[in-house]
Amino acid sequence: MPLIERQGKVEKQLYFEDVEVGSEVTPLAKVATTQMLVRWAGASGDFNPLHYDETFATSQGVGSPIVHGALKRAWLGQLMTNWIGGQGFLKKFSCQYRGMDYPRKMKTMTEPEEGETWWCKGTVTKKYVDGDQHIVECDIWVENGQGEKTTPGNATVILPSRA
Amino acid sequence: MAEQINLDEMKKAIGTQSEPSTIEIEKGMIRKFAEAIEDPNPLWQDEQHAKKARHGGIVAPPGLLMAVMMVGQGSPMPFRPPMPRILDGGGEWEYFKPIRPGDVLTVVGKLYDIREREGRMGKMLFIVSETTWTNQNNELVARALGTLINY
Repeated sequence: MPLIERQGKVEKQLYFEDVEVGSEVTPLAKVATTQMLVRWAGASGDFNPLHYDETFATSQGVGSPIVHGALKRAWLGQLMTNWIGGQGFLKKFSCQYRGMDYPRKMKTMTEPEEGETWWCKGTVTKKYVDGDQHIVECDIWVENGQGEKTTPGNATVILPSRA
Repeated sequence: MAEQINLDEMKKAIGTQSEPSTIEIEKGMIRKFAEAIEDPNPLWQDEQHAKKARHGGIVAPPGLLMAVMMVGQGSPMPFRPPMPRILDGGGEWEYFKPIRPGDVLTVVGKLYDIREREGRMGKMLFIVSETTWTNQNNELVARALGTLINY
């Protein structure tokens, strides 16, 4: 999948009135690569060798370097901020790292090998008005190539209202 | 190893706070973060676009705080995790204010809870810490509870 398609895109502005319980959060495809893990380490300051050193990862019992939990969390943040648009606010967010994910290796300087694609997804579980705030709650998760939810969580967002 | 764990002794440390540390939010830091996760949302980088949005200017993506936490936070743990392996178990984050370039955030970590559980790989410790971020106007920007799994 070329980079431009992996980045997802910001939808047109979403309003409170546009969503119902059961509505789908626009899914976001992500590809974890060894290169992305290195860039994440630099950007986040997490230099734990568990995420780039084969021998160390093996000694820690995970087999080979694994995707940072916080990187998957950042993907879920992107899922939500793409969906709620420039007028929305991500209020609350949680996720749990339940399963290990392993990045694709690089084939060229910029393109990964064929392999697993992860999907960030979500559904609306609740919508309500609290004072002047229009609030929507969602179940969110990262799904691996086998369709397993390795990183489940919840998000609460404030959306603009047309009212 | 496992027999050396004295949970009661460790629990006495609950409530211990780290020294506050500060971190300045910069545009370049935000861009590097957005590029690392392949998130081209113009709200993080395009001043003209961001001006028309809710916060009236460039803001940091919500995930940035996790990065800032790794860089800027002193460990509130007055003991070394007793078991050899550590995994990030996840957590929850609550946001009160947008984070803007130029903000100077004060980060404080606090040991919040310690629990013990038998897991697949034997005895596991769940070490929960609370982190708060306060900006230069003394406004609480965000609060997080993060869980480290020590096994």
